[in-house]
Amino acid sequence: MAYSAKVMDHFANPRNVGEMEDASGVGEVGNPKCGDIMRMYIKVKDNVITDVKFKTFGCGAAIATSSMATELIKGKTINEALQLTNKAVMEALDGLPPVKVHCSVLAEQAIKSAVADYYRKQGIDPTPIVGELHEDCEACGCSI
Amino acid sequence: MKFVYADNAATTPVSQDVLNAMLPYFSEQYGNASSIYSVGREAKTALETARQTIASCLGAETNEIYFTSGGSESDNWAIKGAAHQLGCKGKKHLITTKFEHHAVLHTMQSLEKEGFEVTYLDVYENGIVHPEDVRNAIRDDTALVSIMYANNEIGTIQPIAEIGAICKERGVWLHTDAVQAIGNVEIDVKKQNIDMLSLSGHKIHAQKGVGALYMRGGIRIPNLIDGGAQERGRRAGTENIAAIVGLAKAMDTACSHIAQRAARLCAMRDRLIDGVLQIERSRLNGDRENRLPGNANFCFEGIEGESLLLLLDMAGICASSGSACTSGSLDPSHVLLAIGLPHEIAHGSVRLSLSDQNTQEDVDYILETLPGIVKRLRAMSPLWDKINR
Repeated sequence: MAYSAKVMDHFANPRNVGEMEDASGVGEVGNPKCGDIMRMYIKVKDNVITDVKFKTFGCGAAIATSSMATELIKGKTINEALQLTNKAVMEALDGLPPVKVHCSVLAEQAIKSAVADYYRKQGIDPTPIVGELHEDCEACGCSI
Repeated sequence: MKFVYADNAATTPVSQDVLNAMLPYFSEQYGNASSIYSVGREAKTALETARQTIASCLGAETNEIYFTSGGSESDNWAIKGAAHQLGCKGKKHLITTKFEHHAVLHTMQSLEKEGFEVTYLDVYENGIVHPEDVRNAIRDDTALVSIMYANNEIGTIQPIAEIGAICKERGVWLHTDAVQAIGNVEIDVKKQNIDMLSLSGHKIHAQKGVGALYMRGGIRIPNLIDGGAQERGRRAGTENIAAIVGLAKAMDTACSHIAQRAARLCAMRDRLIDGVLQIERSRLNGDRENRLPGNANFCFEGIEGESLLLLLDMAGICASSGSACTSGSLDPSHVLLAIGLPHEIAHGSVRLSLSDQNTQEDVDYILETLPGIVKRLRAMSPLWDKINR
């Protein structure tokens, strides 16, 4: 298994790591049993994601996909962020080994989870906008 | 940048002595050991001298050693051979442990599909089999007990002599995968009542792709590899003389000063263990006393093993992990689960395994580097936040 240079760059120098005290929305997906947890913080102003931070427990691919996902949604509108797919995250990283594809799914779900939290805080039901969330990493398929 | 190879349980570099011993057999004494002319006879002599060396390292007879392609082949041959030999006499039960190498576990699973029944013994929190559990598991229809001499991940040494005595008393064959133990612990197959033993070259500074199976005289099992009459008709294939000569040289070196080498390695390992355990919420996996001289295996809560390995690699340190992400599957190491670790802790494991070629400076460098890497990963881990809350 080999990671691309871009994955290694985002793993070694992750962008937007940290916490946000006054976040507009916070999402967390994954499960410690599976070995991946991603927490994403977003700050929203006029429907635009002005800042984003993340914290991730996981493998190299989990950290790199989190980092890349934050880069891809920073400065974008909420609608644009919700359209970000795991495939786009993978492509931006020049691909992932097959066994690591679930990490990119988690990154996509982490964004959706943070946006859903933002809507909930506004008193808006996020489900019609964000869709069903998979916060407990069913996507990763580990046998627990 | 400094480079520290601390993954000697995965493989070792070929030593200069071993390489020198091997070199003549590539393009000078290249004969086929089955040929009658002089270069063939030279090869045959080298082959039989190597066999004698290995036999004497194990306390075995020369004609009890069979060369193979390595540990996996030896394990497959011994276990499948014993099962098939005795299975047709109604002995369809096998005993092993939950934390064997996959060369044993997957062989057992393959035999289960053929209708054999396998008992997987517990290894408890310290990673050591209880001999009494072996005694209690043996039945009238037990064909074979296969228990590793020392575990490859956590380095725990099993009470093979006690298990051997029980197997002898009950008339059951004992096979042991001694790939990790060879050269690190004193092994005497006769005194310890071992009927079959697998060993491999590349863990003791010989090359990859060569190993041996010791099989006690009198044991007959079917062949795994059929073909020519090599290895007294029991393992076909033209012998890899250079590799076999290298294996014998490596065995001779490893087995001739076990106590001295073990003392030096244990001192380095203990310093490593004591230093690493200064990191908060870390633990040593496997029994502290009954473990291989070069093995240290830790878990760090709140972080994941693969990330740790990647950062260690960037700092020039080679190590391995039992995390799911490094196993190529999505589950953490079966060894760490077998000693009762929860998944989330097993994911954060690292194995550092030292050999004769490591130095105290290597240990210093690991101790300088590792804590900072753990800290860095914990600083970005939401799981660590939860543990601390």
